[in-house]
Amino acid sequence: MNKNILYDRYQRQMILKNFGEAGQQKLLQAKVLVIGAGGLGCPALQYLAAAGIGTIGIVDDDVVALSNLHRQILFTVNDISLFKATCAAAVLQKSNPEINIIDYAERLTTQNAFLIIDKYDIIIDGTDNFASRYMINDACVLLNKTLVYGAVSQYEGQVAVFNCPDKNAVNYRDLFPQPPKENEIMNCAEAGVLGVLPGIIGTMQANETIKLITGIGKPLINRLLTYNALNNQIYELELSANAETRALIPKDKTAFEQTNYDWLCSATIDPPEIDVVFFNKLLSSGDINIIDVRELDELPVIKEFDHQKIPLSQLAENFSLLNASAVVAICQSGKRSLQAAKQLTAVFGTSKKIYSLHGGITVWKQQLAKQLL
Amino acid sequence: MKINIIIFGQLSEVLGENLVIDNIADTESLQQALHKKFPELANYKYVIAVNKKQVTVNTVLKEDYTVALLPPFSGG
Repeated sequence: MNKNILYDRYQRQMILKNFGEAGQQKLLQAKVLVIGAGGLGCPALQYLAAAGIGTIGIVDDDVVALSNLHRQILFTVNDISLFKATCAAAVLQKSNPEINIIDYAERLTTQNAFLIIDKYDIIIDGTDNFASRYMINDACVLLNKTLVYGAVSQYEGQVAVFNCPDKNAVNYRDLFPQPPKENEIMNCAEAGVLGVLPGIIGTMQANETIKLITGIGKPLINRLLTYNALNNQIYELELSANAETRALIPKDKTAFEQTNYDWLCSATIDPPEIDVVFFNKLLSSGDINIIDVRELDELPVIKEFDHQKIPLSQLAENFSLLNASAVVAICQSGKRSLQAAKQLTAVFGTSKKIYSLHGGITVWKQQLAKQLL
Repeated sequence: MKINIIIFGQLSEVLGENLVIDNIADTESLQQALHKKFPELANYKYVIAVNKKQVTVNTVLKEDYTVALLPPFSGG
């Protein structure tokens, strides 16, 4: 970039202590992806583009609607029914022609997430639904990308920096391991949101991003900040990594691509537990994988029907062994098998029927003994 | 023994804004007391923080400790 333009445009931040030309160069070399060009994404994008982030990606498959304009102030009535990503890119490019803006007017899915996210250094989550949030979190964990999280509800907002390269890095699942049930938490369309609130939270996400890139200040790494717009109360809490949550994240790209996040976040029922009678019916149906999730040396040994031995601790590595359209997990008492069924339901969604044998092999053997008497 | 409870987001619609619960020894008994008093709470996921630190195991509460209950937000 022409040095005069550089100094003119960014002079006010370059004269800052600890920022300087070095800080500006870091911003110009940075690549930031903003997912969701809505209430959070718009202000984040405006400040990031103005600050001179060298490459900005914008992902959003939605179009502008009149009800968006009270908070998504990047758009005008002339943009209604046009793609947000395209409109945002055009406005930002006008405000800063020197930077590189790439718009993806498509939905982020498990199929394209790796390809898109991998090209950027820092990812900003400005989405408006849990399915996207869990998907983005898991992709960032698998790709080792820092995630600047923001979310709003009514008059309150949350900001955090997840997965910042560090051995104790915390991710969204350490905070909320599993998505809420459908209808548990209302979204903005149902619960409402004060227009200025995502403006504040999205701007904070931009601020955290700039701090992370330039190395100034103390970004909210492994911390969650909540802001209340009604009383201006700020509450910051320290998050801790939780070893158990790692098991909830797909283990690799293939497992990620097979995860059905939409289903995961709308599921209201747990995988069904079946009784011995139904289990025996399934046994005779054929197209089924029966998996014993007990440890390999546990007794009693099952000789009565065909099954695979996949201990619960090794289930995540063995999804590929399950090739039938239905799976029944069994264990001693029905407890571990229910856990296994939950894990499988999360991975296979509606593509397979998943069951857990209630009462486990103990009850099944008891019933068998009764019938033989 | 008095502990302070801060409630965030839509949880305040379930628990009310000014919740006072005294004589609670630890976070597990707090949860039990809350779930007994507000059965609807069972439908919600939330994080518990004690003195601004997320807790995932039962944690002893002492005089004037502050417990925060935070639900997830999805809006953007």
